[in-house]
Amino acid sequence: MLDSGKSIGPLNAELLSWLEEVKDPEIPVLSLVDMGVITQAEVDGSVARVEMTPTFVGCPALEIMKQEVEQVITRHGFTPEVTVSFREPWSSDKMTEKGKAALKKFGLAPPPASAQVFHDLEILESATCPRCNGTNTELKNPFGPTLCRAIYYCHTCHEAFEQFKPV
Amino acid sequence: MSNLALKELLYKMADDLLVFGHRNSEWTGFGPLLEEDIAFSSMAQDKIGQSQALYQLLHQLGEQEPDTVAFTRNANQFHNCTLVELPNREYDFSLVRHFLFDTADALRWQMLMQCSYTPLAQLAAKVRGELRYHTLHANTWIKQLGSATEESIGRLQQSLNELAPYALGMFERSPYEDQLMADKIFEGEKALEARWQQAIEKTLAQTQLTLPDWKIQTPHVGGRVGQHTEHLQPLLDEMSEVFRIDPGAEW
Repeated sequence: MLDSGKSIGPLNAELLSWLEEVKDPEIPVLSLVDMGVITQAEVDGSVARVEMTPTFVGCPALEIMKQEVEQVITRHGFTPEVTVSFREPWSSDKMTEKGKAALKKFGLAPPPASAQVFHDLEILESATCPRCNGTNTELKNPFGPTLCRAIYYCHTCHEAFEQFKPV
Repeated sequence: MSNLALKELLYKMADDLLVFGHRNSEWTGFGPLLEEDIAFSSMAQDKIGQSQALYQLLHQLGEQEPDTVAFTRNANQFHNCTLVELPNREYDFSLVRHFLFDTADALRWQMLMQCSYTPLAQLAAKVRGELRYHTLHANTWIKQLGSATEESIGRLQQSLNELAPYALGMFERSPYEDQLMADKIFEGEKALEARWQQAIEKTLAQTQLTLPDWKIQTPHVGGRVGQHTEHLQPLLDEMSEVFRIDPGAEW
């Protein structure tokens, strides 16, 4: 579950459990909750208030995810009030352990701790291959098929793979 | 707090990012390597997203909707520096411009993390992480190609010499510098320029490129007050072509 200690807003457990079914359209195994983009979830009478924050400012999937959150809330009989905010900016550290495990299973290397990235960019030079767990890997491109992914090559299993970028 | 001063700052940043994002996007399908094609396209998406977030802040301060602001103004209503509007040429030109602009942009956002206008400080905290990848990209290639072959060094040097006056235009002083500083919104263009020169010098010192003599350059200013080169209007015409067909369309 989401580490509520990291969040500044209240997180209603039941509302969060509904949001589990909304997935990132570009990574369909990862729920918004596991991705850590829900920064507030509260129920106030008949209103369900959700605050989201994008992984990347220019993420084109945000609007779709917002609509899906609204649909899920409506389906449960509440009036949705969904806002997007940078009040609590997203970082890859917000991803839950469950989310990281789901990413790896999906074939995407999960992000390392971002504090290390800011300290030393050399950490980007290698990643652990999600297929064979090999560490003899090479950063091919810090930019990938979506804003949140980088491209690597694994010299052990000779396959290219992608990493969810630490930010 | 003066909204005029804040709005001027937001407009110039947003316009820089929108116009530069558009120029970056023109590399989509034309990059010298597939990786560079992807890199410039990704950076374009980041920049345009960041510009939209800034236009959204302006909207909250009473300006029009982000799409209206982005797609319906003419060149003389844009506040971007002229550096970002120059047409792409060969890859070396775009790479040097990317290095000069993104070094300044990353420093600007870093300074804005202390901004007294909370929504902007919050956005700055977010954007900072994304920009690490942009400056990493620029620095990596400048260092590599700036020390590689006679041709690569020569090409970068020529672009650097040509772009230096335009780069200095990024720091064109605002009429609100004192006010922005007094209100603790932004430390000002002068402070940013000094930090930028240091950062540029630090990277170039690791190459065989020669630093332009800043003192003898005449900064290419005017962009911040709507005086642009002849290249901006055609860019805006192309960028807004679809929007203008049906401004009220639902996408």
